Amino acid sequence: MVIGLSHYLTVAAILFTLGTLGIFLNRKSVIVILMSVELILLAVNINLVAFSVFLGNVVGQIFALFVLTVAAAEAAIGLAILVVFYRNRGSIAVEDINAMKG
Amino acid sequence: MTMAALFFYLFAGVAVASAFMVIASRNPVHSVLFLILTFVNAAGLFILIGAEYIAMLLVVVYVGAVAVLFLFVVMMLDVDFVELRQGFLQYLPVGALVGFIFLAELVLAFSSWTFGAGVTGAVANARPAVSNTVQIGRVLYTDYLYFFQAAGLVLLVAMIGAIVLTLRHKENVKRQSIAAQNARTKAMAIDIVKVPSGKGL
Repeated sequence: MVIGLSHYLTVAAILFTLGTLGIFLNRKSVIVILMSVELILLAVNINLVAFSVFLGNVVGQIFALFVLTVAAAEAAIGLAILVVFYRNRGSIAVEDINAMKG
Repeated sequence: MTMAALFFYLFAGVAVASAFMVIASRNPVHSVLFLILTFVNAAGLFILIGAEYIAMLLVVVYVGAVAVLFLFVVMMLDVDFVELRQGFLQYLPVGALVGFIFLAELVLAFSSWTFGAGVTGAVANARPAVSNTVQIGRVLYTDYLYFFQAAGLVLLVAMIGAIVLTLRHKENVKRQSIAAQNARTKAMAIDIVKVPSGKGL
């Protein structure tokens, strides 16, 4: 049995769905939502790299590198905002983040 | 079944299982550790497919930096995490429905994917003989140089933003003021007193 492109795409799809499920189900802790976002970005990276390898074109891996950069920046800023929010409100529950009445 | 297929199913299975545990485990510290396991297995998948550079980057950047950052924040915040997990199953039915539909659509769309005739040959790189890292370097530092520098700028802005957000000035903390130190003169600092003998001050 040969492992082809669709195998990798299926793994990426499952990881992506688990990430979105994590955002849906978790109504309490913002930190798990940030981890779910990391899972989603990992799934996107798997897609990009799989297409890049099976097409024989390296540009997809370069784009995955940029996605990795943005994910690292996003994690740093998100966690900084989380720390500041916890300092001000003493909680990281999603329900408590309602100051803007959105 | 060949060795490569065996390792693919090993890495993919562990990655999916640990990704499930990331969103399902009760303790956020366990979630972070399962996130690390997911990333390591994804790196294994990348090595299997022949993208070594991205795999090593994933281990260094995600496991070495991002996951440790998560771990620090989870351990520093003094939150009652057991209380936070109350009502976890409240949204499970609608969440499971949406997730199932989403997954079914994605798998149906992807599992029948084939490239059209001649597509692979049309876009393939001309230099397949060199290693993956050399290939990436040749493209990244020539065609994508400005994007590379913009990525560096993004990281710089993120670093400055994180510092600005979390830095706080406490009252009642003694700090060195170099301007005040330099502005001091001899007259301000020393007082010369003539002490009469036998009397003291």
